[in-house]
Amino acid sequence: MTTHWTRKDLLGLRELSADEINFILETADAFKQVGDREIKKVPSLRGKTLVNFFVEPSTRTRTSFELAALRLSADVINISATTSSLTKGETLKDTARNLEALHADILVLRHSSAGAPQFLANRLKASVINAGDGAHEHPTQALLDLYTIRERRGKIAGLRVAIVGDILFSRVARSNIFGLLKLGAHVTLVGPSTLVPHEFEKLGVEVSHDVEDVLPNADVVNLLRIQHERQPREYFPGIGEYIRLFGLTKERAKLLKRDCLIMHPGPINRGVEIDSEVADGMQSVILDQVTNGLAVRMAVLYLCGGIAT
Amino acid sequence: MKQAKQKISAAAVPIMDAEAIRRALQRIAHEIVERNPRLTHVVLAGIPSRGVEIAQRIAAFVRAIEKINVETGVIDVAMHRDDVGTRSELPIVRESKLPLPLEERTVIVVDDVLYTGRTVRAAMDAISSFGRPARIQLAVLIDRGHRELPIRSDYVGKNLPTSGGEKVQVQLQETDNEPDAVWLERE
Repeated sequence: MTTHWTRKDLLGLRELSADEINFILETADAFKQVGDREIKKVPSLRGKTLVNFFVEPSTRTRTSFELAALRLSADVINISATTSSLTKGETLKDTARNLEALHADILVLRHSSAGAPQFLANRLKASVINAGDGAHEHPTQALLDLYTIRERRGKIAGLRVAIVGDILFSRVARSNIFGLLKLGAHVTLVGPSTLVPHEFEKLGVEVSHDVEDVLPNADVVNLLRIQHERQPREYFPGIGEYIRLFGLTKERAKLLKRDCLIMHPGPINRGVEIDSEVADGMQSVILDQVTNGLAVRMAVLYLCGGIAT
Repeated sequence: MKQAKQKISAAAVPIMDAEAIRRALQRIAHEIVERNPRLTHVVLAGIPSRGVEIAQRIAAFVRAIEKINVETGVIDVAMHRDDVGTRSELPIVRESKLPLPLEERTVIVVDDVLYTGRTVRAAMDAISSFGRPARIQLAVLIDRGHRELPIRSDYVGKNLPTSGGEKVQVQLQETDNEPDAVWLERE
């Protein structure tokens, strides 16, 4: 077990060891407990400035990071694509250097290009936290998924996790695959062959195109949002056909084991990936994921932002 | 949680053995009983990792003396420290657990070694985020001096004059998986 944290950046789960992932999850336990205190704020990052730099739109991830930073006593600035000078032709590097000139200590970056956080982490003294880069990684989402599974099931090793939906374009799926495999889970990817090619098997996961075949054995089903906005037409069968083949309908949910957890990174498309009644049902831990996201992000900001740079 | 194994050098001077530690903690338990007539309102809050074990042992002595179960808790100080951002590696943060509400209670902070007082300051800060205890007291196994803040202990196992370059090493059975002992490492 790692006994100390030494990284200033969180760029993805691929580069982390199982020990480091467990270290973050254990740190998140302590920060989750802060939410039960009379004063839900600790002074860890007092005097530090965090910049939420979101070049792609996002409400829930940004507000989760913002609240996490406020609970750690950091000052927070939000910059979105429309308010930044990126629209005026400034390069990413110049924008970031300007942020650093303002003495930003932590940069939380959401960007449409894979590798943008790495690019900045290599050039800036500030901590860089990847809040989603292209179709590459979304490490804090995967960490909160891991945290939720571990909290509900007491362990991750040996569990069978099915990730259903648009895997090809999903950074959430990629980060989850890396994290789950490192912690010893069995992962099965399910979806249309255009979105879940057999290429993924090289990572050490199983690939299936038959959701009803996978559901009865699953301990966790993680449904990904169908990303209409970044879906090239030819990859996708059409909403109606997707629901018919892969949607977690009320009827299909009956195939699940009674203790199987149903997860979704949000925002959910009710009636597409998941039926309303299933999303609001007993097995759904979708709102736990939101609560745990706060604890996990507090842990990540505390660890990366609390290290001497 | 077990501690990573400490290295005690051959030149280290033994300060306390298991029997001396037992007697010191037993005496502290007697002093706590004497000074706190309402023992049911006392919480022994250990600072991880060794403070937690010491708090439990003191609670066991109090139980043996007075047949009263004093409450114990854990107060982790990592997120309240004043040196975040100055260290190149961060230790694990543990969950804090205190019986609530604190308003009528006396919280006795328990740690193995009292040195600069900065950990105790952080502990008091952490406690205040849970509520406003009636009073806070401090119990330590070793007080080695060199305070950097106006903080003093209420219960001391042993006062140990040291120089700044020396190191006090405490080993406890449960935490370190080694027989109880206190050592002083010279510069």
